[in-house]
Amino acid sequence: MLRQLHGLSGLLAALFLITLATTGAVLSLAPAMDRVVAVIPAVGEVSVAELAGRVVAHYPGTEQVVRGPSGGVIVYHNRDGQPGADLVNPLTGEGIAPYEPSAFFSWIKDLHRSFLLNDAGRLLAGVMAAVMLLLCISGILLLVRRTGGWKALIRPLAGTGSKQIHSELARFAVLGLLLSALTGSYMSAQRFGLLPETFETGPTFPAEVAGGQPAPVATLSALMDVDLRELRELVFPYPDDPQDVYSLTTSSGSGFVDPATGELLKFQPRATGSVFQQWMVSLHTGEGLWWLGLILGAAALTVPVLSMTGISIWWQRRRSSEQLPDNAEAYQADAIILVGSEGNTTWGFARELHTKLNKAGFRVHCSEMNALADSYPQVSRLFILTSTYGDGDAPASARRFMARLRDFRSYKTLQYAVLGFGDRQFSNFCQFALNVDAALANKGLSRLHPIELIDRCSSSQFSEWGDKISEFIGTPLALTYDPLPLSTVKLELVERADYGVAIQAPTSILRFKVAEQGRWPQFLSQAKTLPLFEAGDLLGVMPPHGQAARFYSLASSVTDGVLEICVRKQPGGLCSGYLHGLKPGDCINGFIRHNPEFRPATGSNPVILIGAGAGIGPLTGFIRKNTERNPMYLYWGGRNSQSDFLYQPELGRYLDDHRLTGLNTAFSRSEEHAYVQDKLRQDQIAVRQMVDKGAQILVCGGRDMAEGVKQVIEDILKPLATDVEALRAEGRYLEDVY
Amino acid sequence: MKKILLAIGLGLGLTTALAMPAFAQPREVTFTTELSNYGGDGAYLALYLTDASGKYQGTLWVAGKKSKYYKHLSGWARGSGLNPTEYDGLTGASITSGRTLKITLDLDDALIDNGYEIRVDTAVEDMRDHRADIAVPLTSEGSGQPITGRGYVHSFRYDF
Repeated sequence: MLRQLHGLSGLLAALFLITLATTGAVLSLAPAMDRVVAVIPAVGEVSVAELAGRVVAHYPGTEQVVRGPSGGVIVYHNRDGQPGADLVNPLTGEGIAPYEPSAFFSWIKDLHRSFLLNDAGRLLAGVMAAVMLLLCISGILLLVRRTGGWKALIRPLAGTGSKQIHSELARFAVLGLLLSALTGSYMSAQRFGLLPETFETGPTFPAEVAGGQPAPVATLSALMDVDLRELRELVFPYPDDPQDVYSLTTSSGSGFVDPATGELLKFQPRATGSVFQQWMVSLHTGEGLWWLGLILGAAALTVPVLSMTGISIWWQRRRSSEQLPDNAEAYQADAIILVGSEGNTTWGFARELHTKLNKAGFRVHCSEMNALADSYPQVSRLFILTSTYGDGDAPASARRFMARLRDFRSYKTLQYAVLGFGDRQFSNFCQFALNVDAALANKGLSRLHPIELIDRCSSSQFSEWGDKISEFIGTPLALTYDPLPLSTVKLELVERADYGVAIQAPTSILRFKVAEQGRWPQFLSQAKTLPLFEAGDLLGVMPPHGQAARFYSLASSVTDGVLEICVRKQPGGLCSGYLHGLKPGDCINGFIRHNPEFRPATGSNPVILIGAGAGIGPLTGFIRKNTERNPMYLYWGGRNSQSDFLYQPELGRYLDDHRLTGLNTAFSRSEEHAYVQDKLRQDQIAVRQMVDKGAQILVCGGRDMAEGVKQVIEDILKPLATDVEALRAEGRYLEDVY
Repeated sequence: MKKILLAIGLGLGLTTALAMPAFAQPREVTFTTELSNYGGDGAYLALYLTDASGKYQGTLWVAGKKSKYYKHLSGWARGSGLNPTEYDGLTGASITSGRTLKITLDLDDALIDNGYEIRVDTAVEDMRDHRADIAVPLTSEGSGQPITGRGYVHSFRYDF
């Protein structure tokens, strides 16, 4: 509901909001520009009487002196019937420059507040400000729900592409946007009478004035009492009108000054409502608060990007949740698949199950978990495939499931199986799936098969689960996960570097590039380009003979021009054997799977990279990209420094140019017989200090090594009264384990 | 002060007697105010009548609907005391840059050639105010003679 609200209102309003934000950003420069040219004396340095005296000396025909919100003093004068306006220096009364409101800024301002359409446009702009307010609030709530709590908002965010850009930018800008939208809505509501407006009409003119001989303006006591910093406006008496007076407006109120006696007449303090209104205007425009104006302007600049990425996210989501073919109606079905999904990945698995159950002769109905019916009298099998959102919450398409389950009537014949999807690196792994499984059991339903939890979309785990289900239903299913939309790209091996052959542990660094597409130019061949990728993302490789894809961590980024992976030849390994058999010029089919959770944090805190064997691949990629020269330390374990010291020349170079701060290697088949864990233990004081200072730890390699490293780090952390789980929750302990 | 003003018809020839003493002779007068291209938002205008010493006598017309801006028409604001009964029924839209305001009123014949003046105060948002942008005696010779204002008024004339 919240998501639809956010998406739909953003989509409809995008063009208008982009206009408002862009023009707003331009306008935000005005207060700072005014401030730059203004001469601003200190408090107590110049009184209004002194200012007026100096001004009159230079401009005998002065009619009005205005001090702008940015502190600039403007004199409106008349010389031989010719009206003029000058920005003046309040210390001397001399003109700095002729003052003329910028036609460009007035046009932009008109575009900003009314789309150049007068009242109808103003109404539209007001509605848009309210929409912006709605978007900010719903966006914050969505982000809180996604990250799993208010505290988590300041941590690094996970996500890919548009989604990541959208949430990172929004997090940066939302307070500014919220302030602009709130004050804009207020001003608009006031203009259209939805909120009360205080009119500051000021005091009425004095009925009688002494009418004596006017004294020089610099000697008028009421004006001597007012500091220039408090002045808003001083209107001079109309010449030849002995009954006229000075009209004075200050930040605290307005009144009149007798030109003969200098007496302050009928001063009326400003109403509280008017002071409040003035603040709302200042907070919106940055008038008198030039630094705030610039902040708001910067925040506004994110709106075009937020709109574009938002539309792109909406489109992706829409496209991947298209209806399934051959979906039976719920009342006709004998098998039901319910899907709990946030980003639609789980739908890919559900689709495969749906297709294969259909082939096996079932009438299958597949829908989101929120669509749980009151009962399924005809159904004998219920499959629930669900991910978990944030800290154990329901994903979007399952948010109402638990409530609906309360009213659900079960039949004895109905058997269910829950399949959870998640990432073992996070605490509360698949918690929502576990909750659903328990809730169904509480409802008295019987399990077709105990719950199983799939780690990071593992296609092999999914296939194994399918095989077990096949046994129960008596028909082979042969499930293979097909991440949608899986379009593979032909990749050509351009270079390989082989290590570890001498010690019977062949490990190779393989570099691929996108293969030539025949004679068609690149832009004509459809969808054969790779999406953007970075070191730490995964390259999916399709082995020959139609086996499921295997994933390898990428050591290169799209800017490097190649796809680089580091592959250890596993004994009997299908895919690693296939890759090791490649010669330069040979081609494979591959695709990118984003893995944004495994990335070094930006900023100047140290990063500790820990890996063993081929796990060095993405870690080297991170170091290669560390052109900011942030402190990065690598702990790596190999077998023999003569044979499998992967990336040895590159790492030496990175040490020289300080992309890598420290390198510590351990070799298990050398004299020292050391593992990477041993090296960490030796360095424990340094490691502890770095963690204490906010260091992030990234571990890449085999499961056993990762487990060993985790234990050592736990020991090292003990004196700090923290542990790996706590670091993990802060995004400071990341693992890429295979 | 007695009410002098009497009837309006906004160039449509429509005239409605408002408050004219039965014995007074009405005279139909057309006021034409053409604004220069000052290039800002819609201007607020106050047309009003003063005596020879500049003392306010009555409101002829106020262009601009938002009374919160009326204080910027300072000469008129001072004279009328911004009392709504002074301008009720005598207001219309603000006038945009370069456009012309044409109004027709029935004035008491006794006001002509008797030392009375027509004044026009003008104001534009974010720009300066002009008190007495126009100040011109109401005389038979003056009828049909355009004059130039000090501020936003490009030309002003009255005809009867």
